[in-house]
Amino acid sequence: MNMWRLLQIELFKITRRPRTYIAFAAITAIVFIFQFAFKADGQSYMDLMMQSAKDEFAFDRVEAINGYFMCYIILNTLLIQVPILVALIAADSISGEANMGTLRLLVSKPVSRTQIILVKFAAATIFTIFLLVWMAVTALFLSIVIFGTGDMLVFRTKGTESMIMQITKDDVMWRYYAAFAYATVALTVIAALSLLLSIFADNSIGPIIATVCIVIVCTIISNINVPIIDRNVKPFLFTSYLVGWKGFFYIGTNENGNTIKGSLENWPAIRNSLMILIAHIVLIVGISIAVFRKKDILS
Amino acid sequence: MSAIVSVDNLVKQFGNFTAVDGLSFTVNEGDVYGFLGQNGAGKSTTIRMMLTLIKPTAGSIKIFGKEILHHRSDILRQTGAMIERPDLYKYLSAYNNLSIFAKMSGIKVSKKLLMDQLEMVGLQEAADKKAGVFSQGMKQRLGIAVALVHNPKLIILDEPTNGLDPQGIADMRNLILRLSNEMGKTVIISSHLLSEVEQIANRMIIIDRGKKIVEGSVEELLDPEHTVVDIDTTNNEATQQLLASSKWNDYLQAEKPLQLMMNKTQVPALINDLVAGNVQLLSVKASHSLENYFLSLTTRHEHVEAFAN
Repeated sequence: MNMWRLLQIELFKITRRPRTYIAFAAITAIVFIFQFAFKADGQSYMDLMMQSAKDEFAFDRVEAINGYFMCYIILNTLLIQVPILVALIAADSISGEANMGTLRLLVSKPVSRTQIILVKFAAATIFTIFLLVWMAVTALFLSIVIFGTGDMLVFRTKGTESMIMQITKDDVMWRYYAAFAYATVALTVIAALSLLLSIFADNSIGPIIATVCIVIVCTIISNINVPIIDRNVKPFLFTSYLVGWKGFFYIGTNENGNTIKGSLENWPAIRNSLMILIAHIVLIVGISIAVFRKKDILS
Repeated sequence: MSAIVSVDNLVKQFGNFTAVDGLSFTVNEGDVYGFLGQNGAGKSTTIRMMLTLIKPTAGSIKIFGKEILHHRSDILRQTGAMIERPDLYKYLSAYNNLSIFAKMSGIKVSKKLLMDQLEMVGLQEAADKKAGVFSQGMKQRLGIAVALVHNPKLIILDEPTNGLDPQGIADMRNLILRLSNEMGKTVIISSHLLSEVEQIANRMIIIDRGKKIVEGSVEELLDPEHTVVDIDTTNNEATQQLLASSKWNDYLQAEKPLQLMMNKTQVPALINDLVAGNVQLLSVKASHSLENYFLSLTTRHEHVEAFAN
């Protein structure tokens, strides 16, 4: 059967479910709270950040709180929580059908099980893209409308050192586009993982909790700074690469320590992270297909 | 008449438990085929294997002359099914539910086709209502519409009257008869009620613990020659002696003192003789031997379950 037609059916089902809009509402609420807080008392935040930064840096603290800066702050917080929102939909893919009893009807139609998994995965990916587009609309474009534009400050901790980097305003937007694209790939790993877990369950609560638990455990391991884990475990954990989008805001410098417009500090690292995330997606979706093809539908 | 479904030596094991044990049967074109067995006999497991929801451990299933595992899409395109509960997308309307499954069946969908289908099952007025607010009977009818929307040659209905009120059961029965008599469909209907199957099926199979007990035409299996008559009187011992010394002695069953097996047409004569012999009758119950046997299967398991509980 035509995959496009199947995908249309899947997207139709997703858009008709009230649960779908919880994630969009949650993002909107969080972004609005951030924007309100910074509009009301952003100065205190800037003072706090400046205390922790060693760099002697001269800039107008009022102008520093602009739309670009706001989006970066919001993304720093939100992109850790968004996996839960992605799991809300993706973890329901198969288990939700099993819970409703529609899975047996679905599988008894002239559609292959591989097609079902691929379409479910594609729909979860499209949902993730829409979620990030919505995040871009609210966190970036709405922040630009509220706070205006300007050079962007990036607070960064490298080892034990805190530093501030400045990106000129005409060098920011492409970084955001790239960061959102990277975040889409990273969150698609979560969608694929949720989809895989949903095959084993007859209700969506289990896979959602399991996905969140896996993300939390792997994130904790990714943050343990012990050489043996750094070498042998972290490179294989997808959570080690989830925040790789930040790399697009680490600007390259020349020998004199001056920033180079349009440059990245470590593009090969970002590219490798992307490749590893994509490999995770391929592997997890492959396992999902293999498991689902063999599964007895008893629900 | 050509075989539409041929199941040969089908086995399904879940760990150490054998749900279906060497089951073989044939469904011919145009049959309304009753698939009978008590709960847990293996009916749903067999149907699920026929629809590729479950993979058989051994054996083969051929539908339209093709092996189901190798020609899945071709076969399922011509097969409509309602498996156990007619669960649908509760947040979607009847129309949208039907539309989704029609599209998934690979047919060209039009509003007219969907509305005609809803009209056929009496749901045209409820087309825009969400399936979540439907009564069990309405869900069942929508489930039937989903099974029929792509005009399949073979229709498999797993316990289609479950949860229906008497009127709903009668409607379902009429619909199945219409599908067979007017539209020439082949229908497999599973049930745990012999009385339900005997009213609509022309052939049937009874299975127990995954094994075939009996298969054949309903006419043949429910031959009136094998009517079992149970009698209860104010003095069963005297009645027993009376019958033993009369022409009815040949019909008395060894297992039960006041049970006889005879042709159904002989029952009035038996009652006349008993009344003439001044026997005060409390009850005379005539049932088919197959029904008795089927009931014994059900009762046996109920006893086991009750004991286990």
